[in-house]
Amino acid sequence: MSEAFTTSTARNIFYGGTMFFLLVFLALTYQTEQVIPKRDKREMLADPNVVAGKKLWEVNNCIGCHSLLGEGAYFAPELGNVVARLGSQEAVMAFIQSRPKEGVPGRRSMPQFNFTDQQLKEIAAFLNYVGQIDTAKWPPNIQG
Amino acid sequence: MQYKSQAVAKPYFIAAIALFVAQILFGLIMGLQYVMGDFLFPHIPFNVARMVHTNALIVWLLMGFMGAAYYLIPEEAETELHSPGLAIALFWIFLVAAGLTVVGYLTVPYATLAKMTGNDLLPTMGREFLEQPLLTKLGIVVVALAFLFNITMTVLKGRKTAINTVLLIGLWGLAIMFLFSFYNPHNVVRDKFYWWWVVHLWVEGVWELILGAILAFVLIKVTGVDREVIEKWLYVIITLTLVTGILGTGHHYYWIGTPESWQLIGSVFSALEPIPFFAMTLFAFNMVNRRRREHPNKAATLWALGTGVMAFLGAGVWGFLHTLAPVNYYTHGTQITAAHGHMAFYGAYVMAVITMISYAMPLMRGRAANSNKAQVVEMWSFWLMTIAIVFITLFLTAAGILQVWLQRVSDSPLPFMVAQDQISLFYWMREWSGVVFLIGLLVYIWSFFIPGEEKAAA
Repeated sequence: MSEAFTTSTARNIFYGGTMFFLLVFLALTYQTEQVIPKRDKREMLADPNVVAGKKLWEVNNCIGCHSLLGEGAYFAPELGNVVARLGSQEAVMAFIQSRPKEGVPGRRSMPQFNFTDQQLKEIAAFLNYVGQIDTAKWPPNIQG
Repeated sequence: MQYKSQAVAKPYFIAAIALFVAQILFGLIMGLQYVMGDFLFPHIPFNVARMVHTNALIVWLLMGFMGAAYYLIPEEAETELHSPGLAIALFWIFLVAAGLTVVGYLTVPYATLAKMTGNDLLPTMGREFLEQPLLTKLGIVVVALAFLFNITMTVLKGRKTAINTVLLIGLWGLAIMFLFSFYNPHNVVRDKFYWWWVVHLWVEGVWELILGAILAFVLIKVTGVDREVIEKWLYVIITLTLVTGILGTGHHYYWIGTPESWQLIGSVFSALEPIPFFAMTLFAFNMVNRRRREHPNKAATLWALGTGVMAFLGAGVWGFLHTLAPVNYYTHGTQITAAHGHMAFYGAYVMAVITMISYAMPLMRGRAANSNKAQVVEMWSFWLMTIAIVFITLFLTAAGILQVWLQRVSDSPLPFMVAQDQISLFYWMREWSGVVFLIGLLVYIWSFFIPGEEKAAA
């Protein structure tokens, strides 16, 4: 690199460039916060089952096997659209409830979480809420 | 080793390697569960193995970064560490906290662990990579702050170089971005949006500053090239990193409910993210070609060159492969992501930490470099692990392409589990590559026990 381009020039470009793009990022974050109320179905959070369902989702580490809107692990099916895929919240509840305690020989199997009826309702309500979020038409088809 | 207090790095490096072994063992368990679904079920379900695999990785890299900082900062600042005692105390706190967390993961159901550790007070658990109990997260913050205090005080009283300044910015950035792990809104879109402020702005942001500083430090030492030249390169690389990487966060905002304008911003800026990695490759090779001395530690030089190449391939090329929104629409959340993740973490961060260990460990053991025999064994481990990760990545990429085709593109898309069965051959081949990786890691550890008879430390 040429003599005119000194270390202190490089340093100043680093600080200037970083600050500039950080500010642009913060501005875009502000803009995102303004726009997402139209897309994120936040009104559904008024249902206490949805909020409780999110916590159940978290404390059972569902993301450790499944993906949700494509993020998470890739060991088990995408669940952002699971209510649509299985047809109803009741079908989701029935599936979770039906998992054998000792698994299925030779196959991947979801653990039996022993949820109460109320908890099943909550987790299904949460997955139903995620399914309503406007995800720019992702996933490409119902298989997730 | 020029300053006595640099020796505090040693336990950090040893613990890092031990946790590395744990990470790989659990990786092999998961790999087997991909093809033998009931393996260890229900005792160690996949999600538990995955937490151990990813969290052990994060913790050992943090251990490695801290060890690197403790070694590098006194030498750059030309003064003893502010408090070696604090550094040792923090090591034990961090190690015990990490150990207890893993024991917690493995011995009680995750929901019970959440209840036991105060998740009800402030729910932060159960999000990918941030699964740690609240207590562990608080512990990480305390350790990070005390660590930053220690090294910042050292730099303040000593010489300020580009390398220790960049390292400090990177480490402070790491600690500050981690604070977003405590923010967990009910709104899934906002939860995901800010979750990436930890995950993306770590690995495609501030961690790259740490990586750059480590690489620059080792290259100065092994090549003898002027500091002026190396520091200029360092600033150019990290400028490219943050100019592309900050807005590159947008490549995670395509399909999670965020505005569609992110598809353009994320595509453009993340498509540029390979550039800093390419610059890093050029940097490493240029400096080694222009070397002014023949450093006896050939193994460290090999790791430094390897970091440049593998970071570019894993983070740069494999990242670019699926970063454009129209491509990502099909690849999002498939084995393509896993393929990229494996080679990027190995190439950028695992290899950077090993570069530092490879350079510093012999010096801390009182010799300029290990014996020729030990270095040859270490280089074998380099090739075994590196080739194994290349094959893991290739097999996962093949699995990913098939998965995308079968499940998302073909005229009659298959359900997830049916598609998984179709690609199990590639999962088997990935698992065998993983076995080779483990062998490479064991060879690496063996290299430390080969006596070093040559050359006392300069």
